[in-house]
Amino acid sequence: MELTGADILVRCLQDEGVEYIFGYPGGAALHIYDALYKQDKVKHILVRHEQGAAHAADGYARSTGRPGVVLVTSGPGVTNTVTGIATAYMDSSPLVILSGQVATSLIGNDAFQEVDAVGITRPCVKHNFLVKDVRDLAATIKKAFYIATTGRPGPVLVDIPKDVTAHKTEYEYPKSVSMRSYNPVTKGHPGQIKRAVDLILAAKQPMFYTGGGVILGEASAALTELVRVLGYPITQTLMGLGAFPATDPRFVGMLGMHGTYEANMAMHECDVLIAVGARFDDRVTGDVSKFCPNARIVHVDIDPSSISKNVPVEIPIVGAAGFVLEEMIKQIKASKKQPDREALAGWWKKIDEWRKLNCLDYDRESQLIKPQFVLEKLYELTAGDAYVTSDVGQHQMWAAQFYKFDRPRRWINSGGLGTMGFGLPAAMGVQMAHPEATVCCVTGEASIQMCIQELSTCKQYDLPIKIVNLNNRYMGMVRQWQEFFYDRRYSHSYMDALPDFVKLAESYGHAGLKIEKPGDVEAALREALKQKDRLVFLDFITDQTENVYPMIVAGKGQNEMHLKPCKAVVPTDRELA
Amino acid sequence: MRHIISMLLENEAGALSRVAGLFSARGYNIESLTVAPTEDPTLSRLTLVTSGSDDIIEQITKQLNKLVDVVKLLDLTEGTHIEREMLLIKVTVEGPMREEVKRLVDIFRGRIVDVTEASYVIELTGTSDKLDAFIQAVGGAGILETVRSGVSGIARGERSLRV
Ligand SMILES: Cc1ncc(C[n+]2csc(CCOP(=O)(O)OP(=O)(O)O)c2C)c(N)n1
Repeated sequence: MELTGADILVRCLQDEGVEYIFGYPGGAALHIYDALYKQDKVKHILVRHEQGAAHAADGYARSTGRPGVVLVTSGPGVTNTVTGIATAYMDSSPLVILSGQVATSLIGNDAFQEVDAVGITRPCVKHNFLVKDVRDLAATIKKAFYIATTGRPGPVLVDIPKDVTAHKTEYEYPKSVSMRSYNPVTKGHPGQIKRAVDLILAAKQPMFYTGGGVILGEASAALTELVRVLGYPITQTLMGLGAFPATDPRFVGMLGMHGTYEANMAMHECDVLIAVGARFDDRVTGDVSKFCPNARIVHVDIDPSSISKNVPVEIPIVGAAGFVLEEMIKQIKASKKQPDREALAGWWKKIDEWRKLNCLDYDRESQLIKPQFVLEKLYELTAGDAYVTSDVGQHQMWAAQFYKFDRPRRWINSGGLGTMGFGLPAAMGVQMAHPEATVCCVTGEASIQMCIQELSTCKQYDLPIKIVNLNNRYMGMVRQWQEFFYDRRYSHSYMDALPDFVKLAESYGHAGLKIEKPGDVEAALREALKQKDRLVFLDFITDQTENVYPMIVAGKGQNEMHLKPCKAVVPTDRELA
Repeated sequence: MRHIISMLLENEAGALSRVAGLFSARGYNIESLTVAPTEDPTLSRLTLVTSGSDDIIEQITKQLNKLVDVVKLLDLTEGTHIEREMLLIKVTVEGPMREEVKRLVDIFRGRIVDVTEASYVIELTGTSDKLDAFIQAVGGAGILETVRSGVSGIARGERSLRV
């Protein structure tokens, strides 16, 4: 039987096992919406802004490992998703974005709601397609899912003109795909792995440095075993947190611009660096010429273009992290050589000295709510078992520093693009995927307002997210930079005219709580976490002067951290009033 | 260093802009770029000339290989190869210059393909260096227009770019 393109598309999604799609209708997508209406296998979640759809699908993808699916209309529908697509692209998150397009006969005519979706998104997708013939539709959708989820994952957009969704053809979903121009690697070169193992076993001051690739590659168990077998220290990037348990003493904290003193110092002094699924990003390396000056570097990555991009590497291994790490474990267990326990003991002694500095310490006597305290309590009260999404700013760094993630896919944040507005919609996707789980969105009063409209979506679908708003009445991270580098000229970083978040949450049908004293923090968190079936917006009024430490200023080396909080001169609300 | 990178591309709409977009987005330079279909209608062959340090060229080839539409790629400059570019040039030629320019064309093994009382159109094929040298040599005559095809190339002997 012949089906319309719209019906075929929906059948493809069903056959692909898609459970939710996040979207927003409009003219060019109406045939598709009609096809969705006629079935109930694929559930559509109606967001309030297409950016929210992309982030929600992204949150779903990051927390499950399955692709997130977005459906939007042409023109403004698809342009509104661009920030979300770029966010997913930078963090290698598998998304399939289906966008309506004007009819093929109108393409290029500046038709109503026409944009060159393929052209606009080209620099921020792994690949994209324009389907011009309904007979190509099913095969293109199959390819889109295949490309999005294999190799280094990423977003794939499929642009579908309206007439293609009306035309009819026979439906058959391809069982498999093979593309001569796309063959992602799976294994890893055995000779290189052998060389790497020899180097790793010969190390005196070894260091693991791992990133989001370990999580994307489902390689957490292998990484954990390898690190434990060797007894080496490990640091993880912002994107890698949770791949190796943070409560294991071998974990020395996150590295990079706001990493711990011990992690950055250990990086600086290590003699063998084992990088896995990490990309030597500038927020991690600081000044590359001062990066790990003594280290011989092994780098495992599925994407050859990540290797030796910023820092030259001695032993590159292109391969899937899981495969390579398991192979390393096998070889190490079989090897006659063992790690140099004596050297290792000396190395750990050094690291423990650095640790004693207690670089994340903060003023616990303060009369004002310290943001770090809120996150410490959140960690305690959720027993480290919550899914935590975040926005971008100081709160993101504190969440990364103070919430100890023991499992992968629990910490969901926009690391690469640094997209404010990501946290709440991402939490929606996480909560859809894990209806029973505790999902917290750690945010700031500036970030939350970028996608605040999604509170309405949360109401419609009964998503009991806990919003932890660390409200310092500043774009805190911007203010911190202005304090350090612009002689305290706080240009346009004060958040004036804030809404009453409690009333705002209530007007959307949720609960809200405002917390102003340190003594009330724990009770408020307990109260919110008890409410299993409703969204609670916790508005914590925090110390406006707090800064994120340690800090490596851009262009400095790893061992040149700012540690001691200086006394900030920050105009308070009262002075500004 | 100057590199000639040759690749087979899926003959799909937009494939060329993926390559061009990659160069502009990542700040790599393109000196010339040519593209045309091959004997297999599903494939186009694209040749581009770029320059950069070894690190940059390594990144360029890795990034190109990552493009889903790039089927296969070869850096011709890594081995022996043949490089050709075609030049069409229109020059004003009057009086004694007519003979002079004709002689130059012969020396460079070019051809005069159009003649008027006041001008020649000359066709010349060779490496980019040779074309540069010719343009310099006829510089004395007034150059009205030049058009160059951009470089194409092929590896010598066993080495071949094919699927
Ligand atoms: C969409 C977007 N615009 C601008 C920025 C630049 N930026 C980074 S952090 C920040 C301030 C965030 O303030 P807030 O959400 O209140 O968090 P805080 O730093 O105070 O914890 C800004 C403006 C960004 N990351 N994303």
